[in-house]
This record gives sequence, structure tokens and C-alpha cells, in this order.
Amino acid sequence: MAKASITFEDIEQTVSVPAGTRVIEVSEKVGAGIIYGCREGDCGTCMMEVTEGWNNLTEPSVLEEKVLKENMAGRHYRLACQAQILGDCKVKPA
Amino acid sequence: MKNDVDVSSHTNAVEFDDGVYWIGALDPSLRTFDIILTTANGTTYNSFLIRGSEGVAIVDTVKENFSDEFFARLESVADYSEIKVIILNHLEPDHTGALPELMRRAPQAKLYISQRATSMLKALLKPAGGQFEYTTVKTDDSVSLGDRTLRFLHTPFLHWPDTQCTYLEELGVLFSGDIFGCHYCDKRLYNDRVGDFRFSFDYYYAHIMRPFKKHVMDALKLIEPLTLKKIAPTHGPILRERPRRYVTHYRELSTSSLSGEVGVTDKSLIVFYMSSYGNTAKMAEEISEGASIVDGVRVSLYDLEGGETDPFVDLIEEADALLFGSPTINGDAVKPVWDLLSSLAVVNLKTKIGGAFGSYGWSGEAVRMIEDRMRGLKMKIPHEGIRVKLIPTDEELEQCRDFGRSIAESLVGKPQKKAVIDFADLA
Ligand SMILES: Cc1cc2nc3c(=O)[nH]c(=O)nc-3n(C[C@H](O)[C@H](O)[C@H](O)COP(=O)(O)O)c2cc1C
Ligand code: FES
Ligand SMILES: [Fe+2]
Ligand SMILES: [Fe+2]
Repeated sequence: MAKASITFEDIEQTVSVPAGTRVIEVSEKVGAGIIYGCREGDCGTCMMEVTEGWNNLTEPSVLEEKVLKENMAGRHYRLACQAQILGDCKVKPA
Repeated sequence: MKNDVDVSSHTNAVEFDDGVYWIGALDPSLRTFDIILTTANGTTYNSFLIRGSEGVAIVDTVKENFSDEFFARLESVADYSEIKVIILNHLEPDHTGALPELMRRAPQAKLYISQRATSMLKALLKPAGGQFEYTTVKTDDSVSLGDRTLRFLHTPFLHWPDTQCTYLEELGVLFSGDIFGCHYCDKRLYNDRVGDFRFSFDYYYAHIMRPFKKHVMDALKLIEPLTLKKIAPTHGPILRERPRRYVTHYRELSTSSLSGEVGVTDKSLIVFYMSSYGNTAKMAEEISEGASIVDGVRVSLYDLEGGETDPFVDLIEEADALLFGSPTINGDAVKPVWDLLSSLAVVNLKTKIGGAFGSYGWSGEAVRMIEDRMRGLKMKIPHEGIRVKLIPTDEELEQCRDFGRSIAESLVGKPQKKAVIDFADLA
């Protein structure tokens, strides 16, 4: 399976993952600072900033776009419970 | 001679400022609110009506089963057709219960809510169905009623994500939602008339606002510069007599009493433990030793044997890292640890670092269970906890010191360089 890697800036930890893994699955296991509420893309709690490799995550769904907008997300912000890792990227809690 | 108002007839509105009316409801028999709060004499759901030269605004409504009282008071001072504006300062059901019916009766009225409230509004109005329009507002947006202007303050997370306040500019009245509120029921309505409600005010703050201290500070930055003639919260007395005292009090309550005591730059790491035979205690001591080596970290070591957890809650709120040690007893961590971990709902743990350790005899579940609980509380667990079978060896005590040192180092931003981990190796 194709490999990708994600770096959590707050804990300076890089993890290599199978492409398609959701950020939430990794961040909780390594103890990164991204926090979760509903875990289903509704509450906006898990907002993170993608500092590198913005294009290496799956495109946000219409619903995610909406939640991001409602939570006044900045540029390159995503929901960690929704975004799937496709290539190398770097993130930190929003 | 006192001229007390009395709203216990459940039908009259009370004009507490020029064209500004209280049209809320009394709930004197309520003793438990939202499961977590108790009340000594009930609560009120305060709703307000503002009459301007070009229409009427309603700020917040009441809990659904108090709708009749709310509508009766509303009808005593306005006609539904006059209502131009409905403002919701947050969408919790105790203030939006009468909303669907109000919208049916005043279909021309426009709803004003904060940006974050939109998805909640939809969820709330879903059962009622139908079309509804709303305008989302942010700090410094305002809506005019001719000679009256209502300006919005975005004050998120106090105590719902969508919370805002509304300020009536011409009269200096702040409709503050649950902020500055309390569960206290008194038909005399005003802070200078009702009974002594100070305990209620502090209790409400401690349970509802305290977890959001940082957001309280942000909100106060918006509120403090205002000219405040009156504060009208959604529960408890209307604060008309020296309202600024309550603002000052909120700032005091949100500022840590001993801030700076640990040292402005020092990080605080607390080790809590319980031990029956002294094994976990020995580990706790070594971990503290290890952590103390790191400059800029102040280490405290406490035995939970005393059983009282309350005194620790304040400490924990101020701490940067929390380590819990427990032996495994009957497949679980010991009760004082759970008691402490379950009394932390009132403090914000999100940015804190956690860790666990303990001695065990054969199965050793306690450490992982404590870690899971800390993760559930949104703490970060940078290092896997240490489990020692029965009596710790010198080598294991060395591991404990390393563990303490690593945790302390992660507090002062000296994480050891870590190699790339493979996802498959993660537990
Ligand atoms: C009543 C009792 C129940 C226990 N249950 C367990 C258990 O379920 N699993 C386990 O691993 N150890 C169990 N133990 C063993 C203790 O965890 C072990 O003795 C440990 O070293 C005690 O640490 P302490 O000296 O810090 O109290 C139990 C001990 C006692 C006295
Ligand atoms: S956790 Fe709620 S949106 Fe991701
Ligand atoms: Fe509320
Ligand atoms: Fe409320």
C-alpha cells in the first residue's frame, strides 16, 4: 500500500502511515495536541492548521467546508476527524 | 419605602428601563439544573423585550414549558406584528424553548444569531420544520430599532460555542446571556431587592464558566470598555445596582489567586499517587527526583491517601503536567485516583501533559486505564506510562527517573529527537 507521512508540529513527531489514513487515527495514538468532540465532522473542535502539504490531504467535503466556515477557519485549516492523509504533510492544532 | 416589583402573577411585564421589559418566567420548584447544578430556590429564565421607534426586539426566550407565562408577559406590552427582531444569545433549550412558537406568531421577525449558532439552529428547529431566515452577526455588528441600537459582542464558549452578548447602546444595558447569571429565583427581580444571592452567583461561575476562564478573559476585554448601566443576564437577578462590580468579580474569579507563585516562568508538574505496600510510592519518588533535575520545572509530590480531592482541583488547574500513580487492585486503579480524575470537569485540561505509573501483581490494568481516562479528558500523553511488577528493581527505578525527566523536558520544550514512527507500531 502507498505510504505517506504526517508530522505533528506541536510534538515534533513524524509518523509514516498507509495512504488514506485519517488524521484522527494517528494524532490520538501519538498524543498530538489536536482535540476531538463529535468525531464526525460536525462540531469543529478538531480544527487543525495544515502548515505544509495542504494538497496531500483528501479534499474537504461540502459539509466540512460548511463547518469550517461556521467556525471561522483560517486558510489551510481542516477538520482532523475528516481529512485523510494521501502524501506528506505537516499539521498543528488550530 | 421599598417599591418592590412582584412578578409572581405570571402575566405582567416589568419595564426596567425606558422601553425595556423583562418578559421571562419564574421556576421556583427547580432544584437540579442540567444534571450537574443544584439550586437553593429555583431559577428564572429571563427574556427581554426592547421597544424602539421602529419596532420591537426580543432577546432570548424561555424553557418550553414556561411558554405560556412568556407569551402572556409579552402580550401585555406588545403585539406580535410589531416584533422585528429576535436575538438569541445562545441556543440552549432553556432560552430557545419558546422560539418555534414565537416564530409562528411573529413570522415577519428576523433572527439574529452568532456565526457558530447556525448548525445548532437548524438542529433545534428541525422538528418544527418549515423555512426560517436568519442573519449571523459578529462583534460590532448591530441592528437598529430606530432610536434604539442593539450591538453584538462575540463571546464564544461562555458557556456554549455559539454564545454572544447584546448591548443596547443608548441605555447602556448589556444582555449578557448566561454570563453574569445564576440560578436564583426571586420575584423581586433586581439585585438590590432580592435575597442574598452571592453564593449562587459564585456557584454558577464555578460550575458553568470556570472551565472557560481563558474565554471569560477574552469576553471581559469586550465588556469592560462598555458604559454599563445595567446587566441583564438570562438567569437570576437583573444587575442594576452597581453592575460593574459583577464584571470586576468575574475578572477576579478568572485570575488565578496565586498566579506567579510557582514562578512566572516555571512549569508546574504534580505527581499524585496511592500505594498500599509502598511500591508505587517508591516509583513516585523516583519520578519526582527525575523530573526535578530539569531546570524550570517545579515538582510537587502528593499522596492521595487522605481521600479529600477538592483541595487538589485548584492545584491541578494551575499545573502543566499531571502524573498519576496507582497499584492495580482487582483489575482497576484505586478509587481516590478515579475520584480526583472525575472531579476535574470544572477545569480545562486540554493543554496539559499527563502520565501514569504503578506497581502491579499479575495483570496490571491500572496504568493503561488511567492513561485512557486522561486521553478522554483531552490531555496529551507524550510518554507511555511505567508498570512495574511488584517491587521495583534498581533498573526499574532508573526507568522511573528517566520517565520523570522526559516528562519534565517535554514541558520546557526539550523533546528528545524522535525518529519517524510507523503507524503499524502504534498501540
Ligand atoms: C486486594 C488486592 C487486589 C489486587 N488486585 C490486583 C489485580 O487485579 N491485578 C494486579 O495486577 N495486581 C493486583 N494486586 C497486586 C498489587 O497491584 C501489587 O501488590 C502492587 O505491587 C501494590 O503496589 P503498592 O505497593 O504501590 O500498593 C492486588 C493486591 C491486593 C492487595
Ligand atoms: S471532532 Fe467534531 S468536527 Fe471533528
Ligand atoms: Fe446556557
Ligand atoms: Fe441558561
